[in-house]
Amino acid sequence: MTPTATSQPPFITLEGVTKRWSNGATVLDGITLRADRGEFISLIGPSGCGKSTLLRLLAGLSPVSSGSVKLDGMQPESAREIMSFIFQDATLLPWRTVRSNVELGLELEGKTTESQRRATSTALLQLVGLSDVADLHPRQLSGGMRMRVSIARALATQPKILLMDEPFGALDEMTRDFLNEEVLRLRENDRFTTFFVTHSVAEAVFLSNRILVLRAKPGQIAAEIPVPFPFPRTAELRSAPEFLRLVGEVSAALRAVQNPASHGHP
Amino acid sequence: MKRLLIQAAWPLAVLVAVITAWDLCCRGFAIPAYVLPPPSAVLRVILERHQTLWNAFRITAIEAGGGYLLSIIGGVVIALFFAQSPLVRRSFYPYTILLQTVPIVAIAPLILMWFGSGLRSVMLVAFVICLFPIIANTTQGLISVPRNLIDLFVMSNASRSRQLLKLRLPHALPHLFVGLRISAGISVIGAVTGELFASSNAVGEGGLGYSITYANSQLQTDYLFALVLTASLLGFLFFFTVTALEWLCLRKWHESAMKTDAD
Repeated sequence: MTPTATSQPPFITLEGVTKRWSNGATVLDGITLRADRGEFISLIGPSGCGKSTLLRLLAGLSPVSSGSVKLDGMQPESAREIMSFIFQDATLLPWRTVRSNVELGLELEGKTTESQRRATSTALLQLVGLSDVADLHPRQLSGGMRMRVSIARALATQPKILLMDEPFGALDEMTRDFLNEEVLRLRENDRFTTFFVTHSVAEAVFLSNRILVLRAKPGQIAAEIPVPFPFPRTAELRSAPEFLRLVGEVSAALRAVQNPASHGHP
Repeated sequence: MKRLLIQAAWPLAVLVAVITAWDLCCRGFAIPAYVLPPPSAVLRVILERHQTLWNAFRITAIEAGGGYLLSIIGGVVIALFFAQSPLVRRSFYPYTILLQTVPIVAIAPLILMWFGSGLRSVMLVAFVICLFPIIANTTQGLISVPRNLIDLFVMSNASRSRQLLKLRLPHALPHLFVGLRISAGISVIGAVTGELFASSNAVGEGGLGYSITYANSQLQTDYLFALVLTASLLGFLFFFTVTALEWLCLRKWHESAMKTDAD
């Protein structure tokens, strides 16, 4: 599934990336990582392993202490135009309608006309199944619907890279499963490269090409587990024996990195 | 409409009870009218002197309203300045608390001494008393934008001015309205207090505050009651206008407005 053409450099490279807080604590220590165009990579690990911090470094929202991050040959700050970030909560502007929230990114970029933005939001709302609620305000929607608005907003700028920070963590399991399938479906149209932070092993296995298991204190990549199932994947995959076997394997890797301090945490 | 009547029924019942008790006290204990006039006397003086009451009402309304509007402009500008950096806030915020802690009756005579006795000075007293709630609440709104929303704007390469216009200001709006509601009532207090010191040596008609001093000195207690009621009415009108405006602006999206909308 992952094209490894040696002729072109990897799409995203992290070289010995280290992040220290101002108090000297090391959050991430010597992370080296390559990602090809169109890959879906999940980051999983105990609390405090720096997986969310890694996303913020990729987004350029936080500077690296040492090492280098290159996205399509660019520094993170310059690569924002080809990146979208999906946050833990839907992060919608409550005073804007659903449609107007979807158009926000395009509006801030300032490269499109109002009618172009409207066409984009109409198409995306249809794609995520929210055409009927386009004129409602976020508070009138359920948590799952808000997250879909957030996804539509992220896709509106046609990103090549999507950074998702535990986007479905606050949702119930059924909604989460449904949105997982939705993400895969959206990816069929547009193969954005994705970094996905999650606490759910099943979610990571279902979505990814590759799973990185991180350990904490300091945050390092402890294991890298490829997920061989071909796309498109359907809900049936979740009950397949080879799926469950891989879930078991990732869970074991995760248990291995749980330090005693955080033992017993979900 | 029917629901509104039911909601209004209890406060109205309380009003009727208070007026009845008031009337019974006046009759039962034979209290002289210059100490406590009966409700009927107050009503009579309202009807008889409605023209002078209206004039006083108008003058005070202009003073309080003018000071109030100025405080909104001034307060929001200062809040925008405060929102620039924590250093700015640390440096200047303690001094704005002075606005809140120094009693207005102590500032009012100073303002009148400096700026002369008249409408503009009274407006200034109302302005000073209204300023702090607006500054404090608007600043809070401008700086309490959730981290993720700011990151979202950073990810879109939004400029500072865009961030202000499309994120910070709309986010601050519900907070601004909290300040506006507090200041709506106290603007009348400011104007009336200002008049107590200001218009006393101005010839001719004064506002409610001036008329209150006059009625008091003449032992026209029934007229004094009428003036106090008029002043409350003015404060109530301001408050009601702001609340209505708040509902219009926020009902679609804000949680606080949602409740009045839904139940």
